[in-house]
Amino acid sequence: MNDSRKTPLLEVRNLVVNFYTRGGVVQASRGVSFQVEHGQTLGIVGESGSGKSVAVQAVMGLISNPGRIEGGDIFFMGQSLLDPAGRKFVRKVRGKDIAMIFQDPMTSLNPVFTIGTQITEVLRHHLGMTRDQARKRAMDLLDLVDINAPEKRLTQYPYEMSGGMRQRVMIAMALACEPRLIIADEPTTALDVTIQAQILELLADLQQRLQVSVILITHDLGVVAQLCHRVAVMYAGRIVEVGDADQVFASPVHPYTKGLIRATPRLDVITERMVSIDGVPPDLISPPRGCAFSPRCDQAKQDCLRSQTLTPLGDDRHVSCWCAIKEGTR
Amino acid sequence: MTGQAKEETSRTANAVAADLPLVRVKDLDVIFDAGRAGFWGGKRLQVHAVEKVSFDIHPGETLGLVGESGSGKSTTGRAILGRVPVSAGTIHFQGKDITHAGKETVRALSRHMQLVFQDPYASLNPRMKIIDIVAEPLLVHGIVKNTKEAAGEVAQLLELVGLPPDAGARYPHAFSGGQRQRVGIARALALKPQFIVADEPVSALDVSIRAQVVNLMQDLQARFGLAYLFIAHDLAVVRHISHRIAIMYAGNIVELADRHLIYESPVHPYTKALLSAVPVPDPPVQRARQRIICPGEAPNPMHPPAGCRFQSRCPYVTQTCRDTAPDLTRRGPGQTAACWNC
Repeated sequence: MNDSRKTPLLEVRNLVVNFYTRGGVVQASRGVSFQVEHGQTLGIVGESGSGKSVAVQAVMGLISNPGRIEGGDIFFMGQSLLDPAGRKFVRKVRGKDIAMIFQDPMTSLNPVFTIGTQITEVLRHHLGMTRDQARKRAMDLLDLVDINAPEKRLTQYPYEMSGGMRQRVMIAMALACEPRLIIADEPTTALDVTIQAQILELLADLQQRLQVSVILITHDLGVVAQLCHRVAVMYAGRIVEVGDADQVFASPVHPYTKGLIRATPRLDVITERMVSIDGVPPDLISPPRGCAFSPRCDQAKQDCLRSQTLTPLGDDRHVSCWCAIKEGTR
Repeated sequence: MTGQAKEETSRTANAVAADLPLVRVKDLDVIFDAGRAGFWGGKRLQVHAVEKVSFDIHPGETLGLVGESGSGKSTTGRAILGRVPVSAGTIHFQGKDITHAGKETVRALSRHMQLVFQDPYASLNPRMKIIDIVAEPLLVHGIVKNTKEAAGEVAQLLELVGLPPDAGARYPHAFSGGQRQRVGIARALALKPQFIVADEPVSALDVSIRAQVVNLMQDLQARFGLAYLFIAHDLAVVRHISHRIAIMYAGNIVELADRHLIYESPVHPYTKALLSAVPVPDPPVQRARQRIICPGEAPNPMHPPAGCRFQSRCPYVTQTCRDTAPDLTRRGPGQTAACWNC
């Protein structure tokens, strides 16, 4: 994993995504870069509108009008996914080597087809299986995600299942072609806590057993703490801090990361007053100059008006903050 | 402002004087009609959303009501406010029976009990200015004749919830989620109620904003001696704001206890599973935590099992649990739970 000569499984470099709306150009992703290594789970955390979903939607090719990818590149196993010459490669990879699990399992499954039809479709399209082969494999997949009586389930429609069960089906579909990378966009946000615990346990178990890489997008730091090896914190269309999850939680460097960790209430700690971050996230139609967090930051100074990039800060930590970088070099 | 100060002292005095609960809910049942089933529509379907729920809320107190979706927590809150019909049981407010209060009584009562909604986007009319939204309760109750008359009052309310003074002239779309929730709170406070049902008031907000709203609610409580029924599914937030906490499962309260007891010595197996299911945002701690994975899902509310409703997911289930539903019984000072085996 520490071998730098090996190419990362996925590399997103300086990704710029803009949405052309009536109100103006929304700069949803303003130069996002991150890597995912083989067999690793990367958590991307951020609040709503921070651009965390947009970044992975670009990987899956799901940015459509009025959104446009206007800069940067995405490499999967060293090959560009954005290069128009590599269309064939892209079509082969998406859905097969890179699979996605969405937030709302009700709207992401097709209500008018049975579960069986929807799983076997993936298998027949990508792996060219026959109907019987696909059916058998679909049953194995449902078994893998701990759904009992898979034979009966295959003939059922999404409405006949609960939210947790539907999310298991989504995971089974994502696993159908033995992907190398699974992108899970808020996979448990729509679920109840006890069901969330079941799904997180399942994801962790599958990740270990199948050695896939996972990108987990969430706004819940607790979910990151449970599942992720690395974590990237996003704010206003940029990654502000990225590093080993244990280290980032233990010693956050960026003021926003610090604030986010302090603002997240914990079950195991009693404090009389919850800590908030004053102010609101900026409007991405006209983001502030330099550091987007500076209007809410209590350490902000003149330097913060200059734009800055993610800078390595020892170990495997990268931070984008003038104050932190100065402290680090001192 | 002096009037407000007077109001304040009189309210705190009330809070001290009254050891009578402000709200008393006893054996509350809410049953919804779910249409008919069968080819000829002969079978009536019913959803037993709330069953035998009892609790008290004292002046100046926050009762946290926690449960997963479909557990009946919102229905309970709405039943108290007279917004859903009660099938059985009683609700008392300030010692008065309001269980089957008529429309007029409910309207009069709404001066004392208000609701803060979950979704700050859906609960504010996008075509109304903030000043009109906040002044509406005053108009409805005939306290002011028109919005102009209420301007001073509204300005005070907006200041109270931490909104800029010019907010009144703007429309909801100009505000972020957190600010809209402040507008919702200002509207609820307009009639100077003693009791507020807050139905998941921070669930739709981002983490950094959530704390702002929770802190505001606590400040307002300290200032006006408000009582809250704080409905939520987020146990960590509830822990911060509540004095006592009730855990609901499939229409029943399974445990009701002082807040520290719920977290430090939970009794009911569902409470334990629920607590262990919430991940702690600290990787080493979270890895070390013992997790109870509670298999299966909540029962179908149309066909709940006989006996304890948690039986299908409970690791300690016995024949007694399958036959008879347990009642809430005392487990120590400030703690009650409904379970045969714990």
